[in-house]
Amino acid sequence: MASEKRVVFKSGWLPWALLAPQAVVIAVFFFWPAAQALLQSLQQSDAFGTSVEWVGLENFRNLWNDPTYLASFKTTAIFSVLVAVLGLALSLMLAIFADRVIKGAAFYKTLLIWPYAVAPAVAGVLWLFMFAPGMGIVSYALGAAGFEWNHLLNGTHAMTLIVMAAVWKQISYNFLFFLAGLQSIPKSLIEAAAIDGARPWRRFWTMQLPLLSPTTFFLLVINIVYAFFDTFAIVDAATKGGPGKDTSILVYKVYYDGFKAMDLGGSAAQSVVLMVIVVALTVVQFRFVEKKVNYQ
Amino acid sequence: MVERRPALDFLAHAVLIIGVLIVAFPVYITFVASTHTSQEIVQTPMPLLPGAHLFENYRDALLGTGHGMGSNAAVGRMMFVSLVTALLITVGKIAISLLSAFAMVYFRFRFRMVFFWAIFVTLMLPVEVRIAPTYKVVADLGMLNTFAGLTVPLIASATATFLFRQFFLTVPDELVEAARIDGAGPMRFFKDMLLPLSATSIAALFVIQFIYGWNQYLWPLLVTTDESMYPVVIGIKRMISGGDAQNEWNLVMATAMLAMIPPALVVMLMQKWFVKGLVDTEK
Amino acid sequence: MKSVSLALGAATLTAAFALPAFAQTEIQWWHSMTAVNGEWVNDLAKEFNAKQTQYKIVPTYKGSYDESMTAAVAAFRAGNAPHILQVFEVGTATMMASKGAIVPVGKVMKDAGEKFDPSAYVSAVAGYYTALNGQMLSFPFNSSTTVFYYNKDAFKAAGLDPEKAPATWPEVTLAAAKLKASGHKCPISLAWQGWTQLESFSAWHNVEFATKGNGLGGLDARMKINSPLHVRHIENLANMAKQGLFVYKGRANVPEASFISGECAMMTTSSGFYGNVKKNAKFAYGIAPLPYYPDAPGAPQNTVIGGASLWVMSGKKPEEYKGIAAFFTYLSSPEVQSASHKRTGYLPITTAAYQLTEQSGFYKENPGTDVAVNQMIRKTTDKSRGIRLGNYVQIRTIEDEELEQVWGGKKTAKEALDSIVQRGNELLERFEKANKS
Repeated sequence: MASEKRVVFKSGWLPWALLAPQAVVIAVFFFWPAAQALLQSLQQSDAFGTSVEWVGLENFRNLWNDPTYLASFKTTAIFSVLVAVLGLALSLMLAIFADRVIKGAAFYKTLLIWPYAVAPAVAGVLWLFMFAPGMGIVSYALGAAGFEWNHLLNGTHAMTLIVMAAVWKQISYNFLFFLAGLQSIPKSLIEAAAIDGARPWRRFWTMQLPLLSPTTFFLLVINIVYAFFDTFAIVDAATKGGPGKDTSILVYKVYYDGFKAMDLGGSAAQSVVLMVIVVALTVVQFRFVEKKVNYQ
Repeated sequence: MVERRPALDFLAHAVLIIGVLIVAFPVYITFVASTHTSQEIVQTPMPLLPGAHLFENYRDALLGTGHGMGSNAAVGRMMFVSLVTALLITVGKIAISLLSAFAMVYFRFRFRMVFFWAIFVTLMLPVEVRIAPTYKVVADLGMLNTFAGLTVPLIASATATFLFRQFFLTVPDELVEAARIDGAGPMRFFKDMLLPLSATSIAALFVIQFIYGWNQYLWPLLVTTDESMYPVVIGIKRMISGGDAQNEWNLVMATAMLAMIPPALVVMLMQKWFVKGLVDTEK
Repeated sequence: MKSVSLALGAATLTAAFALPAFAQTEIQWWHSMTAVNGEWVNDLAKEFNAKQTQYKIVPTYKGSYDESMTAAVAAFRAGNAPHILQVFEVGTATMMASKGAIVPVGKVMKDAGEKFDPSAYVSAVAGYYTALNGQMLSFPFNSSTTVFYYNKDAFKAAGLDPEKAPATWPEVTLAAAKLKASGHKCPISLAWQGWTQLESFSAWHNVEFATKGNGLGGLDARMKINSPLHVRHIENLANMAKQGLFVYKGRANVPEASFISGECAMMTTSSGFYGNVKKNAKFAYGIAPLPYYPDAPGAPQNTVIGGASLWVMSGKKPEEYKGIAAFFTYLSSPEVQSASHKRTGYLPITTAAYQLTEQSGFYKENPGTDVAVNQMIRKTTDKSRGIRLGNYVQIRTIEDEELEQVWGGKKTAKEALDSIVQRGNELLERFEKANKS
């Protein structure tokens, strides 16, 4: 890890005591159930578990032989990159401007964070409402402007829809953390730079952005994890992976198989694959990207 | 701001307004939908301006006098359950993560990195995948239908620990040295210096975790068999008929708006208390 | 002190012996009914509980069909499953294959000594949930079927007779053409396309959906929907799509909104949609039987049901099973069935209930509500009794995916149907292997 503290406290037992609560909770409520869930990837059973059979790597082999599964790797990659990049860029821009204004700041902040409070069940429905081909408000407006929106049959439209919905949900989240990060930069530093003659854009590039890098790194990792793991509800509400399989991202199939199709072995096998990918991605981020992060 | 640049200020406001319009548009639609009759909403296209039925709809949603919605007397109870759940998750998560992040950043001990990655891995397996075995653990511990069962398993994730770790790494070492010179032990340092500095992060996390806890749907659905332990989001879902029966969309939207009020309050209050109160001292 | 504890002890003993006489047997019923249907479930339980004191039915809403299924699976594995679970029709094979988990309803009724006559049930409804040997596996609870809705005002505007619904698919195409000519942007759309255009279509025309009696006869059934009639039908729809006569509006029941808003003039979907139409449509509408091809022998036969049934979980006490049986008897009574049918639009499951409803004049007052029932009160053939295939949720999704590619012009009808058969059969093979015992 590139980032370490020079100065630390010395104590034999205190760190263990501090870690203990979290360690216990994740051992009991994450690792134990997760191990059992992943074990299912080596089994084939009926939904209720009344007959369980060990099948070794057969679930994995089935995945490999399924061309639609392999195709969804590409779909997921495109989706995740778009969601992470757009989500971070847009919210950073909004946070910088929100940090700058004094009048109406609270108003903007509340309205920009509020959408995060929309219950996911309702959010999915709203997006359908707005984009339903022909009758949704947005598609109606697009149609009036001469653009035929049809995410039901057009794969690109469908991908655009889920990217927009996923980014929308994350903008509030990213915005909040970027804003918190910006506001914890001491104003004295900014003032000093301004007095030195640095203009706002320059101040942003040479001072605020580097000082924001811990937050940016945090959000980058979180957004990638989000795009890979937490977006199935959006796909389920908006396109269900369609048209055809154009918006079928990896995690959607995990959720669908485990939840709707009751294929617990297959779903577990896919989870293993997905976990491996994201852990690898995260290690890469920590190893290479974190080097660029400016902690002090 | 630092200097007066009217052009930049104008741009800032413009961008923010556009941003708000786009980002808040769906919320606006929810509001508009909650002020019409269900017949008006399903016409093409949906009306964009608020309708005349605001009071009726909200009264129906709160009192359960809508077409066949007799069971809505439980809205108050559901809001209570949601509130307690959200607060427990928020406070619990922030507390244990602060401690863990502090331990991992400010101490050296064996397996430190192992713990870090172990905590991190909790982000890598969606809850739906491990939900059946987690349910079994909770059932075996006798925690079904309890607030503990609703909240403790959800405290297990790494987001907060990771965020605090990021933040603590930016705290200048001089502060620690100063504390040690003063003879303050680690916990004094933690309480008197680190916590106040972390105010903005804690506030942000408080908002996020509160809303996360407030909007929990699947886990409460599974872990409670007693409908009096259902949070508000389940109540909303119940009104949305997925199958054949007709939807009272206007009432669903009204309930959704009501359910957004506590999180919205949290957002506004957090800004007032934490961000202004503790950060302003620096200005 | 001793006398007090003796007295307390005596009191407790007496209470302990007295309690069973007052203790109610609680029966947990997990369901997925929302909104008005949720009220219906609660009322059924309330009325049954009020009629007697021995048993108490406790209904709990457990989310959508998928969610409550997951909840039940998790609960079962943890040892506290509910007594009664509402499961959607496509989950039938999954429930049946979990042999240790369920108790067939026929057995529950017989063991409890309840009078139970399978022939009183409408065979097209109950047959879906019955084993080949006649034993009823689950209790049909909320069943709907596929019907045809049309916008009478739009018909009039297009110069069509609003009182005459197109009865055959060729007539539908003609009507669609006329509607389009009169400026209508979406003459026809289809909801639940797998269910309406493949499953119900097959039963309605008395052709096989899958071998082995559509799967009722064994786990080695394989799909057969790439037959000439099926290909012809999907090709027709594809042509209509190309000409703008059929506009695809999404999967499941999403397209229904476009009928209500007046955008689409004709729609095939569930009979349960009626309540929505009645309340929200701002135009005159009609309900008619599903269209058919007049040159197909045996058409129209009967349509296939959708909806859900009640399954009884295993591992409960005999007293509790008695209560379940009593509840099911209550639910089957003609009065309760008729009232439920009138209230929700779901099909009555006994012929007696249908007759009672007819006598009450309900169908006269609410024209169109008997269409669904009429499509079902027929003698079924072995090709039309129902469908029971494993991994069926996934097969339905495959149907959606492949059909979407046809409507989008990416595949021909034959290619898509062949693909459905191939991918579907793979899943059926896997299901067979996983449930061999």
